[in-house]
Amino acid sequence: MEFKEGKWQHHINVRDFIVRNYTPYDGDESFLASPTERTLALWNKVKALLAKERENGGVLDIDEHTISTITSHKPGYIDKDLELIVGLQTDEPLKRAIMPFGGIRMVRSSLEAYGRKMDPEVEKIFQFRKTHNDGVFDAYTEDMRKARHSGIITGLPDSYGRGRIIGDYRRVPLYGVDYLIAQKKKAKEDYVFDIMNDEIIRQREELSEQIRALEALKEMASTYGYDISRPAQDVREAIQWLYFAYLAAVKEQNGAAMSIGRISTFLDIYAERDLQEGRYTESEIQEFVDHFVMKLRMVRFLRTPAYDELFSGDPTWVTESLGGVCIDGRHMVTKMTYRFLHTLTNLGAAPEPNMTVLWSQRLPQNFKNYCARMSIETSSIQYENDDLMRPEYGDDYGIACCVSAMKIGKMMQFFGARANLAKALLYALNGGKDENTGEQIGPEMALIKSDETLDFNEVWRKYDQICNWLSRLYINTLNIIHYMHDKYCYESLQMALHDEEIYRTSACGLAGFSVVVDSLSAIKYAKVHPIRNEKGLTVDFKIEGDYPKFGNNDPRVDEIARMVVEHFMKKLSKHSTYRNSKPTMSILTITSNVVYGKKTGATPDGRKAGEPFAPGANPMHGRDSNGCIASMMSVASIPYEYAKDGISYTFSIVPAALGKDLEQRIKNLTSLLDGYFAEDGHHINVNVINREVLLDAMEHPEKYPQLTIRVSGYAVNFIKLSREQQLDVINRTFHTRF
Amino acid sequence: MGVTGRIHSIETFGAVDGPGIRFVVFFQGCPLRCLYCHNPDSWDASGGREATAEELVEQIKRYRNFIKNGGVTLSGGEPLLQSEFALELLRLCKQNGFHTAVDTSGCIPLSKCKAAVDEVDMLLLDIKAIDSALSKRITGAGTENAVKLLEYCESVGKPVWIRHVLLPGYTLDNEQARRMGEFLKDFRCVEKIELLPFHKIGEYKWENHEIPYTLAEVQPPQPEQVEEYRQILMSYGLKA
Repeated sequence: MEFKEGKWQHHINVRDFIVRNYTPYDGDESFLASPTERTLALWNKVKALLAKERENGGVLDIDEHTISTITSHKPGYIDKDLELIVGLQTDEPLKRAIMPFGGIRMVRSSLEAYGRKMDPEVEKIFQFRKTHNDGVFDAYTEDMRKARHSGIITGLPDSYGRGRIIGDYRRVPLYGVDYLIAQKKKAKEDYVFDIMNDEIIRQREELSEQIRALEALKEMASTYGYDISRPAQDVREAIQWLYFAYLAAVKEQNGAAMSIGRISTFLDIYAERDLQEGRYTESEIQEFVDHFVMKLRMVRFLRTPAYDELFSGDPTWVTESLGGVCIDGRHMVTKMTYRFLHTLTNLGAAPEPNMTVLWSQRLPQNFKNYCARMSIETSSIQYENDDLMRPEYGDDYGIACCVSAMKIGKMMQFFGARANLAKALLYALNGGKDENTGEQIGPEMALIKSDETLDFNEVWRKYDQICNWLSRLYINTLNIIHYMHDKYCYESLQMALHDEEIYRTSACGLAGFSVVVDSLSAIKYAKVHPIRNEKGLTVDFKIEGDYPKFGNNDPRVDEIARMVVEHFMKKLSKHSTYRNSKPTMSILTITSNVVYGKKTGATPDGRKAGEPFAPGANPMHGRDSNGCIASMMSVASIPYEYAKDGISYTFSIVPAALGKDLEQRIKNLTSLLDGYFAEDGHHINVNVINREVLLDAMEHPEKYPQLTIRVSGYAVNFIKLSREQQLDVINRTFHTRF
Repeated sequence: MGVTGRIHSIETFGAVDGPGIRFVVFFQGCPLRCLYCHNPDSWDASGGREATAEELVEQIKRYRNFIKNGGVTLSGGEPLLQSEFALELLRLCKQNGFHTAVDTSGCIPLSKCKAAVDEVDMLLLDIKAIDSALSKRITGAGTENAVKLLEYCESVGKPVWIRHVLLPGYTLDNEQARRMGEFLKDFRCVEKIELLPFHKIGEYKWENHEIPYTLAEVQPPQPEQVEEYRQILMSYGLKA
């Protein structure tokens, strides 16, 4: 059987291939196959390795001698006789490679943290070879260093791989590498203009890098005995080809988030053909998927403890976007969508790959019910609003990292971590000085006149000035970071799997969202008196009276929330960006809400110094008193058009509060998701778990090797979180009414 | 000026208060003093806050996307204690196309709440004990009014979900289960019975209360005990 013909045969157009060939599936999960003996045997080996890794303090082994490149390591296997999908980042499973091009310092301190030493040979190379991190610090201004140090801007990718780029890994199975190389060569030949300016020179250099990366990809696959110069012929090859492409990316880059895109519906086209032609059975196809997903669960990067503090639990964000609806009106759920989620049953719950369901009101009810059941059973799924994103990104976008939508192979982002707006508000109250150190970080400003009882209008004016300064500094900092990343740590393989003309965004973010919103509400609706120390810095606030709090669907404060988002986004838009990228913004903290909180003094909402922020766009813990739907309504009221890089909301509920039995719980959870997304909510993490289980897991981690919980934008193995992070998760609002 | 009443609080996500997701309005004030009450702060009829039926419905309308397959439940407190307010709220909810339920102990005489009962789509009727004297010990009131309410529902075909708290040492025993089954088996209006194992979640609310909490020593029932009770009810052809 031939695939249906179309534009995809004349130039690279994966979407066209998918839309012409995929088969929507409306049935339920009853067709799914259990794990085979071979899968269970292989998974047991992986589980043993994971246990050893845990016992070993989180890192099983490191190859400190070999700089990781696409072809740096010999082939590695878990068990060659059992594996149907092959390929590891190094020659041994879970052995971590060094990737110094982002920053040699990061490698040095990571090795130190795990009791290893830098190889003198590697050290020597980097006496002559500059890294991204070196470049950034050569160009940083004094202001940027101070802002970074004080923590008003943090998590910046200035010493590690920026990530959040999704290669269109599907191009490799669909076209074979030789065709992709030929297309890139042709593009380079055509890229000749009258004037060779820096833009054109850079593009030509990048195309050359991309062509070399594709050659290396072919070479890597050949060491495993595969010739991927040609297109894949069946589903097993399609998965294997695609995985090789992804593997090459994670050998070349230790990007913060290395998402895999939107692959399941694409792969289903091959599976469906194989089923019809009798080439493979359902059980065999599920086996390929299980083995593939095992590999995705084993992606590892060498990172520092400081990094882990921000992005806790060793995440890699192998985000896979599932479902969604096609522009032509058909939903895009296929049997393969089910098979991917089914790995959570066959192999047990896990944080990776980061299963992300693109929810639409028009998804089939069977699939909605299945997702809800899997959420209830595993707490491993996040949901994002396809109906909200589709008009902007079409039907072939994927989620990078947690919440960042991008058209696959056509868009990329310059990841910009986040600015701490709670701190910005305190700078407004402290004349631009840091509330903890007294250091002048922001612009010198006159002290606030209404210091006895804060006046909303005056505070807002000062906050506005701080945001002028902060947004400019923030964008300029990102410009430097991404200039240097392109120069010293270019993602040649991932970009080889993109078009030549790329739409780029500068993805800024904000932290401390609900703290700022509630603080402004307190100033507006209650009486807030700053308490200052001998240096004149605010150390606490006295609040007289009550004030409306974010998370109760109260228009008075939700209006302030909208104002804060729109205000900062408009500031960001005013500055010019590297490579003419379009500024965007996310409200997402990952787990950095704890670290950010620690670095931020007491705030006018009554939060004490050092206390964690709420994650992402969540209301502050315990302040939502009208039940979780009111909370969802508040979050859903945040305007997505001013936060197009995503708005993250984490929802945790105990099973009994979701309904009396599984059937009711499934029904109620699908109604909740339908309702939240109909109200234009963008993203939601769903945890259905008892707090007691988490408490017990803190005491007896060995009993819960696979306990998975969603945090802001990703999932983690609960037991891999630091104690502080675990407590933060437990202390957050759990909806418990029953 | 519409009808006003006193409410204790609202809950926008009620998943165990009738079919589907419910917007729950907790009414303030209750004539009963159940030993295990987890909302003792809703007893005092002059507490809570004043609200009009109109303003509540305006609020409820904003949640339509969530509760369109569920509805609105009036709970409390005892919602039928403010029966005119309840009636007005039910009327407005129905006008706006919401399914309605009232969660009641049935302690209010039918003569005082008939209009509200006629208006509502279904009742969640909490039978405190099959034995009226025991009910009096647990709640301060017998079950006569509740039984009359149930009989009325049977006569007009109003759907009822029976709820029953299983309190060890009081209502949790097999003999009472059989009497309950015997009593309920012929009511066609009873769609199902929800057994609510006693829990201690609301215990802390008694701390600042004038009446002492007497169940501190009572432990929640074992799941097997609850299951046994359920099996007995099911042997009478009831859905539990």
